[in-house]
Amino acid sequence: MFLLSGENITCGYGSVDIVSNCNIGVKKGEISSIVGPNGAGKSTAMKALFGLLPLKNGRVLLNGEDITNLKPQQRVLKGMGFVPQTNNIFPSLTVQENLEMGAFIDQSSLKEMLEYVFELFPALIDKKHQEAGELSGGQRQQVAVGRALMTKPKVLMLDEPSAGVSPIIMDGLFNKVLQIAKEGTAVLMVEQNAKQALKISNLGFVLNQGKNLFTDNGNSLLKNKQVRQAFLGG
Amino acid sequence: MISNYIVIPGLTYGSQLALGALGITIVYSVLRFSNFAHGEFMSFGAMSSILLCWLFISLEINLYPLPTAILVLPIAIIFTIFYCLIVDKLIFKFYRQQNSKSVINLIVSIGVMFFTGGLIRFIVGPGDKNFFDGERFVFKAKTFKNFTGLNEGLTLKTTQGITILITVLLVILLFWFLNKTKTGKSMRAYSDNKDLALLSGINPEKVVLITWVITGTLACVAGTLYGLDKSYKPFTYLHLVLPIFSAAIVGGVGNPVGAIIGGFVIAFSELIITFAYKKIFFYFLPSFMVPEGLLQILSTDYKIAISFIILVLVLLIKPTGIYKGKVI
Repeated sequence: MFLLSGENITCGYGSVDIVSNCNIGVKKGEISSIVGPNGAGKSTAMKALFGLLPLKNGRVLLNGEDITNLKPQQRVLKGMGFVPQTNNIFPSLTVQENLEMGAFIDQSSLKEMLEYVFELFPALIDKKHQEAGELSGGQRQQVAVGRALMTKPKVLMLDEPSAGVSPIIMDGLFNKVLQIAKEGTAVLMVEQNAKQALKISNLGFVLNQGKNLFTDNGNSLLKNKQVRQAFLGG
Repeated sequence: MISNYIVIPGLTYGSQLALGALGITIVYSVLRFSNFAHGEFMSFGAMSSILLCWLFISLEINLYPLPTAILVLPIAIIFTIFYCLIVDKLIFKFYRQQNSKSVINLIVSIGVMFFTGGLIRFIVGPGDKNFFDGERFVFKAKTFKNFTGLNEGLTLKTTQGITILITVLLVILLFWFLNKTKTGKSMRAYSDNKDLALLSGINPEKVVLITWVITGTLACVAGTLYGLDKSYKPFTYLHLVLPIFSAAIVGGVGNPVGAIIGGFVIAFSELIITFAYKKIFFYFLPSFMVPEGLLQILSTDYKIAISFIILVLVLLIKPTGIYKGKVI
């Protein structure tokens, strides 16, 4: 039973359908990845699940509840967190202030969540009072993910978290994603780094030209000959 | 003497410009457009103070030795904020909802500028008004001479003292608000990254409201203090827009600290360049060598050109200003 799912969703920017009749979802405490070539509609599908894009068809369900018509801010209140690919921090605010903004709508467990985020990303502790815009790429990503975690979301959605980040940092980031999932948060990611993403995913959705191509357990997809040839480079 | 004619007036005029530039910078930073109507908002604030002053004086309420204007300032601020909010609701909101480009909002603000100017002249008339009452000097040249035993006297007019004091207080209050309160931080966040702020649940209506409250307050105080110091003439405020914008841009537009520094840079530049250096030479040279003219680098008529020249220089050399500002 999916915690968050998009059923038969069709959407696009303007008259062209970028995504047609797609089915995506993630279960509680699990990791799902959406992979595929450029232009497959991965980010578009994710944005539709978060409400940044209206659906032309289909619906989005959270915990069995139909949230298709809710605005993104309302979905945040329902327990969803979203980390955009770019422009995902407040550059002139300090790291601590960024995290505080993450908890803007629910300050009740601010201290506890700050501790949790700093435990997850210890590299940020020293940079607490530094402007987020001055941090390196990897650290900025940590701030971005940390900001989204501040509301204790049930589902965390990451749009290409490894974009612009060095391989070592990327490894570290994916380890953190595993940790977050282990603690009960469902994680849905869009990733270009298909190999790395599928390795840690319970469920992988391979999209191409806006349609589901393959859906399977992450490791099975990695072993699938067709998938390897088409997207993973043999 | 330098203090009398440069330092103290510079600090005073700089404070007035700084307050004006802060208003510009905050609207630019949060609402993302250049508000050319700010000069007239300042004029509106001054007008409100004047009308309330006349009311209070006729009712014989005053605060001697402070000018009555200080007493009515809080009420005048409320009037000015109301006007800003009405203008926003009737005019700016329409363009904001259409996600208009920044330059469209700028042109709209010019319209608001002309309208507000006309409205003010309609209410109080275009003539000069002096609404200063209260003790004129904190200390005069003679008192200072006697007190310190120096040769030249230092004068501090009450208006100068009040301006500097109130500016310091307001600036401290503003920075405390922006850096230490949740709402202030949310405004900085909204200014930084509008989409992410909306995602975080920050209410854009509230941010807009508070922006105008702050801008209205700054405009009213700046306008009133300027009018107190120099006498109120509605047309003056039309001309003030240039130095205020120069101050905001020189300091780095969108940056509050920059706006303050910019204010003082412009103020002191104007004074230093138009200062009559004759008197200084008078001291150093024997009398037959003192030149005929006033020895100004530029005559006082060019005062307004100076802020324009500084603005052009800054835009050519370091367009982001002293403190790196925002570019929309």
